Amino acid sequence: MEWRVADEELSRLGEAVARATGLDAEALVLAHGELGLNVPAARIVEILTALRDAPELRFTQLIDLTAADYPQRARRFEVVYHLLSMSKNRRLRVKAAADEATPVDSVVGVFPGADWFEREAFDMYGVFFAGHPDLRRLLTDYGFHGHPLRKDFPMTGYVEVRYDDTLKRVVYEPVKSVEFRSFDFLSPWEGAHYEAPPAPTTEGGAA
Amino acid sequence: MSIEAVQDVAADETPVRKFTLNFGPQHPAAHGVLRLILELDGELVERVDPHIGLLHRGTEKLIEARPYTQDTPYFDRLDYVAPINQEHAFVRAIERLAGIEVPIRAQLIRVLYCEIGRILNHLMNVTTQAMDVGALTPPLWGFEEREKLMVFYERASGARLHANYFRPGGVRQDLSEALIEDIDRWAVAYPKTLDEISALVTENRIFKQRNVDIGVVSKDEAVAWGFTGVMLRGSNVAWDLRRNQPYECYDEMEFEIPLGVHGDCYDRYLCRMEEMRQSVRIIRQCCARLKGTPGPVLALDHKYTPPRRGEMKRSMEALIHHFKLFSEGFHVPAGEVYSAVEAPKGEFGVYLVSDGTNKPYKCKIRAPSFPHLSAMDWMNRGHMLADVSAILGSLDIVFGEIDR
Repeated sequence: MEWRVADEELSRLGEAVARATGLDAEALVLAHGELGLNVPAARIVEILTALRDAPELRFTQLIDLTAADYPQRARRFEVVYHLLSMSKNRRLRVKAAADEATPVDSVVGVFPGADWFEREAFDMYGVFFAGHPDLRRLLTDYGFHGHPLRKDFPMTGYVEVRYDDTLKRVVYEPVKSVEFRSFDFLSPWEGAHYEAPPAPTTEGGAA
Repeated sequence: MSIEAVQDVAADETPVRKFTLNFGPQHPAAHGVLRLILELDGELVERVDPHIGLLHRGTEKLIEARPYTQDTPYFDRLDYVAPINQEHAFVRAIERLAGIEVPIRAQLIRVLYCEIGRILNHLMNVTTQAMDVGALTPPLWGFEEREKLMVFYERASGARLHANYFRPGGVRQDLSEALIEDIDRWAVAYPKTLDEISALVTENRIFKQRNVDIGVVSKDEAVAWGFTGVMLRGSNVAWDLRRNQPYECYDEMEFEIPLGVHGDCYDRYLCRMEEMRQSVRIIRQCCARLKGTPGPVLALDHKYTPPRRGEMKRSMEALIHHFKLFSEGFHVPAGEVYSAVEAPKGEFGVYLVSDGTNKPYKCKIRAPSFPHLSAMDWMNRGHMLADVSAILGSLDIVFGEIDR
């Protein structure tokens, strides 16, 4: 049997979360047996501290922190925190909206493990975390430009690397040796983003 | 290694011997491509700055550009020591979004192969940890058993390492009677090999001198730093997703969860050894039940799972399903889900966002070793230089999943 928290249980948890954080019930999202919470980015530190310390919640572990890019939105990034309460055996997803210009407060003070997660989100999406002790790039190359997981970053990147035998060192050049082949398998009858070719007509044609 | 000595000796002062040492990225004890910048005071470690990302392949970006069925192979390549456990988290995320039920025989096969993955991983880790502190024989003995297990992988999926065996809704194909019989026979014999490795390592004086009271992690530290798996249980926190949030048919299995007491490298080693014995128990239970549980190994909803080859020869509908699944792929209902499994290294999670098309909109991979490695700095402070590789070995890191 699959472990699953009943929806009534989750809505009760949601009430406790709303009480502890001072947010109203509209901030709560219940879907697929998981509870989500949308919070204003400016209050993130205060809210995560409350969730961690409230005796009926005890979300003491930050399991994951990431961002997601929705370029069509006014504030394009979502910073997503996954919390785990081991004593209550519950999970919670907290989301805050952000964009390229406004930083989100760092939660390293609440969960020290957030350090690398925030560095990664900064590296991959370019979300700034204010108050982070050491916001350097984490995964990309030394001297890398751009944020690879943004939707507008090309799959092949901008530069490629090779060893140049005459210069006796590694050189960076604009990408030219590979071309990313994007296959669109969507059915032209449902959901494809391009116009299907017009059906052949019998009028005026040679046939 | 390059050594850069900073010596600033005034006439009447004691000489300060501070070193900045570059460890890796090509170092046998770095478990892959890890570059550590160590700041030393004599032989005492003052600061560790891990530089990672040398194996960064952009898995999460690649996944966003491919239909769901083409994404599972990427999960094998994350933690390549125990590939199937990663696939499991991903297919479970799809199943939860799409509401696919997995038949019981497929659940048993999944649990069986996840536990084989756990043994594969722990064998690799405990023996290379012994190698990091100077013993050369354990890895040779461990790899022999790993080889047998990889043959079981091959007989089920056709690949020794990158199995790509799990599918949303079940597994690729059924196991033969002979294979189940062989796995069971191996599981009967394996504890004896484990005893031999244990006799070589567990009470070994050098091994204990290098690991006992090294890299101590307290309960509170382990929780605050997002540790999971053995790193958490080694510090005496009773938390295992297989027990606390059971998935598949783990709640029908009998097994125990070993806990460490001191939270040092040696306790983590002992936990891993005991977990292997418990995995053998689960494997034997799975084998016994598989013999008496015939049935499908893949859900029968052909909107998500391909029809069998034989069916396609006769049924037009099956042929259409097959064509649609292997060209367009299936569409997953819009929504988001976080699915986690107890991988050998800890909690392996997949945060999957679907926008209703045939490709994931976003797929964040939560690798267990990532937060473990981020703790390298404070875990090593005040230790000797030689302890760095012992602590690194007990963290159980694989760069495939840290760099992604």
